[in-house]
Amino acid sequence: MQPTGRPPVVDVTLQGAGVAIADQVDRAKVLQRLRLGDAVYRHLTRAAAITVLVILGGIIVSLIWGSLPALRTFGVSFLYEDAWNPVTEKFGAIAPIYGTIVTSVIAMLIAVPVGLLIAVFLTELCPMWLRRPVGIAIELLAGIPSIIYGIWGLFVFAPFLQQHVQPFLISLFGEIPVLSTLFAGPPYGIGILTAGLILAIMVLPFVTSISRDVFEAVPPVLKEAAYGLGCTTWEVCRYVVLPYARVGVIGGVMLGLGRALGETMAVTFVIGNAHRISGSLLAPGTTISATIANEFTEAVGDLYTSALIALGLILFIITFIVLAAARLMLMRLNARVGG
Amino acid sequence: MAATFQSSLYSARHRRNKIAMGLAFVATGFGLSWLVLILAVLLWEGFSGLSLSVFTEMTPPPGSAGGLLNPIAGSLVMTVIAVLIGTPLGVLAGTYMAEYGRYDRLTTVVRFINDILLSAPSIVVGLFIYEVMVAQMGHFSGWAGAVSLAVIVVPVVVRTTEDMLILVPDTLREAAASIGLPRSNMIIKVAYRAARAGMVTGVLLAIARISGETAPLLFTALNNQFWSLNLNAPVASLPVVIFQFALSPYHDWQKLAWTGALIITLAVLALSIIARTLAAQRKTS
Repeated sequence: MQPTGRPPVVDVTLQGAGVAIADQVDRAKVLQRLRLGDAVYRHLTRAAAITVLVILGGIIVSLIWGSLPALRTFGVSFLYEDAWNPVTEKFGAIAPIYGTIVTSVIAMLIAVPVGLLIAVFLTELCPMWLRRPVGIAIELLAGIPSIIYGIWGLFVFAPFLQQHVQPFLISLFGEIPVLSTLFAGPPYGIGILTAGLILAIMVLPFVTSISRDVFEAVPPVLKEAAYGLGCTTWEVCRYVVLPYARVGVIGGVMLGLGRALGETMAVTFVIGNAHRISGSLLAPGTTISATIANEFTEAVGDLYTSALIALGLILFIITFIVLAAARLMLMRLNARVGG
Repeated sequence: MAATFQSSLYSARHRRNKIAMGLAFVATGFGLSWLVLILAVLLWEGFSGLSLSVFTEMTPPPGSAGGLLNPIAGSLVMTVIAVLIGTPLGVLAGTYMAEYGRYDRLTTVVRFINDILLSAPSIVVGLFIYEVMVAQMGHFSGWAGAVSLAVIVVPVVVRTTEDMLILVPDTLREAAASIGLPRSNMIIKVAYRAARAGMVTGVLLAIARISGETAPLLFTALNNQFWSLNLNAPVASLPVVIFQFALSPYHDWQKLAWTGALIITLAVLALSIIARTLAAQRKTS
């Protein structure tokens, strides 16, 4: 590492670094400074990378810290009590948890098959020139802010459902034993079902774009072999593409599920904000995120605030598990493709 | 006998294929129709309320006309601060992951955690900043809003910076190293330049993401009826005003909410289209 051994190279270095060279004596000093600068930059970037971990740690610690009063007061019963009464300070999380899960399930039940079919269309049927525009259009759906879905859902979608779809559903399923309870009650427009449908539209682009990417990663040889055997397009998709891309598709679905579980604004507009568990999908309900968004600024008293933060903690734990599982699956897929 | 059996099997498979492919067509139409429906309603409702006064007047009290000047300004200021905080942090972290510690254990962990933060519920970020800043300072503030937006910017920038730097060919790095350039100079002068378009794309996507974020602002920046850019006090922002006005019973407010929604959507779509063209240029060149 003696710089004096290779003067020309060092000169280039020093010029590249924008340092004026005074004379031979200064050169060692300047190189020392460059080495120091490199070490500083290295540690700076390392610190920034660690900051990402600190942010996650900070979120977890602050949520646990904030929810301690509520958890101390209610213990485990917070998870399964259905009371939510700010006046008597009785709080239980089961109604928002129920709403969160049911709306997300409705969303996934619709978005997964539709998303997969769109991915099939984009990879197998669509003419080349149309692929990019359609793909971009679907991805623009993902870029629309959730508050836009909310305002659209409240003023356009919910009234439409109330006037046209829900009365039809009620009369259609009114006589059938199980379904009649699912679709019981007056058509409010807003409610669990509406929130689930809006979520389905929001999650659709995520499922579609990841499914398309993993479908495209299927080696063409496999598909061509199947076509060569005389398979129809559907059979190729069903028995060759889908099994090959299974892990990636599941990862994409879980990623969409993570979004649906945590989605706030769109749901807050259309869910109705009622702290109760109703058998009917048409009834208003609430989700964890909608409860927090609606009540946090108006929460009076430490216990109320703390109960809301505890809800946030539950939401974060649920989404963390779902997203971590999704990422692990996608990472395994990448390792397989790479290796 | 065998022939008819075979042909019926064939036609059954053919029919099933037709049905499935028909469904794929319908599904695509279904997906695209939402985009058209949402944009159509938004343009219709938003443009009818769009006028110069939207950009020159403050948010009105219920029952009178007004504009969206203070929330637009508040959103702009908080977005700029969030980007100024989040971008350097994200770029530095992404640099470590792609340049210094590409095969580190730390990088693997950070990448995993970053991907989770990327899709973590934004309302949880709001709660985090509330606990860390609002509860400690004792009041809602524009700073808290800006920081919570910065927390959302970081993962997006980290992700794109790392991805783009990894795409830079190693021969460029080796060429720089071979003339004796220290690593930090190589990164700043060679790698960043080669990856610049992609990194700008990442920042644009991050801006698009936060310009519509409502949930983290609800209880950090809160809202403000009046003109105020004092970041130590509550600051109005476009998404929060839309939320408040849309859920109000007043027709004037709802109208303004639609107009605000149109402004946000156009801004976000423009940003993502610019980002996309930048990314596409990179690929073709």
